[in-house]
Amino acid sequence: MAKEIIKIQDLKREFTMGTETVHALKGISFTIEEGQFVTIMGSSGSGKSTMLNILGCLDQPTSGLYEIDGVSVKDLSKNELATIRNEKIGFIFQSYNLLARTSAIENVELPLLYNSKVSTEERRKRALNALEMVGLADRIHHTPSQLSGGQQQRVAIARSLVNNPVMILADEATGNLDTRTSYEIMSLFQELNKKGITITFVTHEPDIATFSSRTVVLKDGHIIKDYMNTNIQSAASELAKLPKEDH
Amino acid sequence: MRLLNLLKIAYKAIVLNKVRTLLTMLGIIIGVASVIAMLAIGEGSKESIRTTISSMGSNMITIRPGADVRGGVRQDASTMESLKFDDYLAIKEQATTLSYITPMVNGSGQVISGANNWPSTIYGVNPEYLDIKVLGLQSGSMFTDAEVKSASKVVLIGQTVVDNVFPDGEEPVGQMIRFNNIPFKVIGVLEEKGENTFGQDQDDVVIAPYTTVQKRILAITYLNQIMASAISEEDAPEAVTQVTAILRDQHKLADSEDDDFSVRSMEELISTFSSTSEMLTILLVAVASISLLIGGIGIMNIMYVSVKERTKEIGLRMAVGGKGSDILMQFLIEAILISITGGVLGVILGLSATVFIEKFLHWPTSVAMYSIIISFAVCAVTGIFFGWYPARKAAALDPITALRYE
Ligand SMILES: Nc1ncnc2c1ncn2[C@@H]1O[C@H](COP(=O)(O)OP(=O)(O)O)[C@@H](O)[C@H]1O
Ligand SMILES: [Mg+2]
Repeated sequence: MAKEIIKIQDLKREFTMGTETVHALKGISFTIEEGQFVTIMGSSGSGKSTMLNILGCLDQPTSGLYEIDGVSVKDLSKNELATIRNEKIGFIFQSYNLLARTSAIENVELPLLYNSKVSTEERRKRALNALEMVGLADRIHHTPSQLSGGQQQRVAIARSLVNNPVMILADEATGNLDTRTSYEIMSLFQELNKKGITITFVTHEPDIATFSSRTVVLKDGHIIKDYMNTNIQSAASELAKLPKEDH
Repeated sequence: MRLLNLLKIAYKAIVLNKVRTLLTMLGIIIGVASVIAMLAIGEGSKESIRTTISSMGSNMITIRPGADVRGGVRQDASTMESLKFDDYLAIKEQATTLSYITPMVNGSGQVISGANNWPSTIYGVNPEYLDIKVLGLQSGSMFTDAEVKSASKVVLIGQTVVDNVFPDGEEPVGQMIRFNNIPFKVIGVLEEKGENTFGQDQDDVVIAPYTTVQKRILAITYLNQIMASAISEEDAPEAVTQVTAILRDQHKLADSEDDDFSVRSMEELISTFSSTSEMLTILLVAVASISLLIGGIGIMNIMYVSVKERTKEIGLRMAVGGKGSDILMQFLIEAILISITGGVLGVILGLSATVFIEKFLHWPTSVAMYSIIISFAVCAVTGIFFGWYPARKAAALDPITALRYE
C-alpha cells in the first residue's frame, strides 16, 4: 500500500463572526495516498477552500486531527509550518495572489527566496524552468497587470511548482480559464502527477474531475461522496479533440 | 545568504513603493531639518550676544549708585548721588583683584564745530578707561593724568561724531569743537566699533577727563559710575565681593541695611542677556519639538498605514514559506533604510537651511550637535518602530487571515 501523505480525522473548522458561528467543516475524515490526483467537488460555500487552506497549513482547524507525512500538524511550530509550506507544498490560490508590480519571474522566484539552500543562479534557473513548463517563457518580465487572467493563473501555477513540492494544492486553478487553457493546465497537472506529485484539486466543474484518479464531494461541510475514478481521461487527448483556433 | 536575500527583498519593496517611501522620507526629512535649523538660530543668537558682550571687555566691572535696579523699584534722587570720588580712591587703594579703575561721569549735549552740530554723550573718565573698555585709537593720543589733574579742556571723539561734525573729511585731531558751548581741543579719535548687539552705536561718544566734565559741564561732585577691570575673568567674582565690602565700609552700612550701590561684572551681564536668549532658545525648542512631534506622527501614520496595506503581501510571503522572523526582518530593514536615508537627507537639508539663513538673512546661527543627534534619533526611532510594530502584528497572523485582510 502507498504511503499516506495526508490523513485527517473528524476535522472541524468554525468561524466566529460576532455572536454567530459558521460551521464551515463539520467533521471530515479521509486520507490521501502519495501519488493520488484528487479532485474536491462541491457547490459554492460547501467548505472546499476552507479544507484546502487547512491542508496547505495556511489555516488551523478548530478541532480534529491533521497528519502530514505522519506528523501531526498541531504539534508543529509556526516556523516548522513555514518550512513545510516552503519545501513540501505548492499552493495555488483561487485569486492568484501575485505580487503587484513585480515581474513574472520574480513572482515565481519568491518561494525560493525563503529557502537558503537555493543559490541565486539555481533560483533563476528553476524559475525559468517552471515558467517554461506553463508556457510563459516569453513573458517572464511582464508584471501581473500586463498579463491576462489565464496567464496570471499560469504564473501562480509556476510559482507552486518552483520548489519541487511533494504535493500541490490548487483552489479552482482553472476557474477563470477557457476550456482550451484549462485542458492545457490539466494535462500539465497529469504530467506532474505521473512524476509522483500528489495533487489535490478543488473545482466545481464535473469535466475537470474526469482527469483525476479520485473525487471527493463536499456539501455543507460534510463529505457526501468519495469514489475512485475507473475511467481517467487524458487531458492531452481531450485537448487534441477540441476544435482548432488560431491565436 | 539569508540576510542578503532579505536585503534584496527589502530593497525591491522600497523601489516598488516609491510614493510611500518618498512620503515617509519627507516626514523624516522635514522633521529633522526644521529642528536643526531652528535650534541653530537659537544657539546662534545666544552666541552672538555672548561674543558682543565679551568684546566689550569681559573683565569689566561696573559700580553704580543706588540699589540694584533689576527689581524695578524706583530710586530716590539722593541715592543716585551716593557714589563719591572718595569711594573711587578707597577701591583703588584697597582692592587687590583690579588692574584698572576709573571714575566716570556722563552727560549729554551738543557737539558743535563751525556750522555743524550733533547731539552726543560726553563721558568723563581717566586714562585707564581705554584699557577697561579695550578701546584703541585711530589717531592722536589719550589725555594724560596731568591733564586730568588740571581739568584740561581736551576730548577724544568717536567716528560717528567725526562723521557728523567734520563732514568734509578734515583731520579732527588738533581742531577745536564745542560741547554745550564750552570749547574743547580734539586730541584723538577712537577706533571704530560699530553697533553692539543691542543696536547701540558705540562710536557716538565724546571722552574727556572726568574732572573737566564734573566741573565745567555738569557742575557736580559725585560720580555717575565707577568702572574697573578685574585682573582676569576668573578674578571678576572675587573683585565684585571685594568692591562690595569696601563700599559698604565706605558708606558705613549696618549689616541689616541693603547696599546703596550695585556692583556688576560683565559675566553677570552675559548671564542676564543669555537668559533672555535662553528664553528664545526654549521657545524655539518648543516649536521644534512640536514639529518633531508632528513629523513623528506623520512618519508613524504612513508607516503604520503602509504596513497595514501590505498585510496581504505579508500573508502571501508567509504562504510560500516566509517565516515570521523573515517578514519582520524585511520590514525592519525597510524601515531602517527609509528612516536612516530620510534622517541623513534631513540633516543635510537642515545644515543647508542654516547656511542659507546665515548667508542671506544675516541671522547668526550655530548648529548644535545635540539638535542633530536628537532629531535624527527621534525620527529614526519613530520610523523604525512603526515600520516594525504593525509588521510584527501581521506576521503573527495565520497566513490565510493575513491574505484575506482587506
Ligand atoms: N474567514 C471566514 N470567516 C467567516 N466565514 C467564513 C470564512 N471563510 C469561509 N467562511 C464560510 O465558510 C463556508 C465555506 O466557505 P468556503 O470554504 O470558502 O467555500 P467554498 O470554497 O466551497 O466555496 C462559507 O459559508 C463561508 O461563508
Ligand atoms: Mg472557494
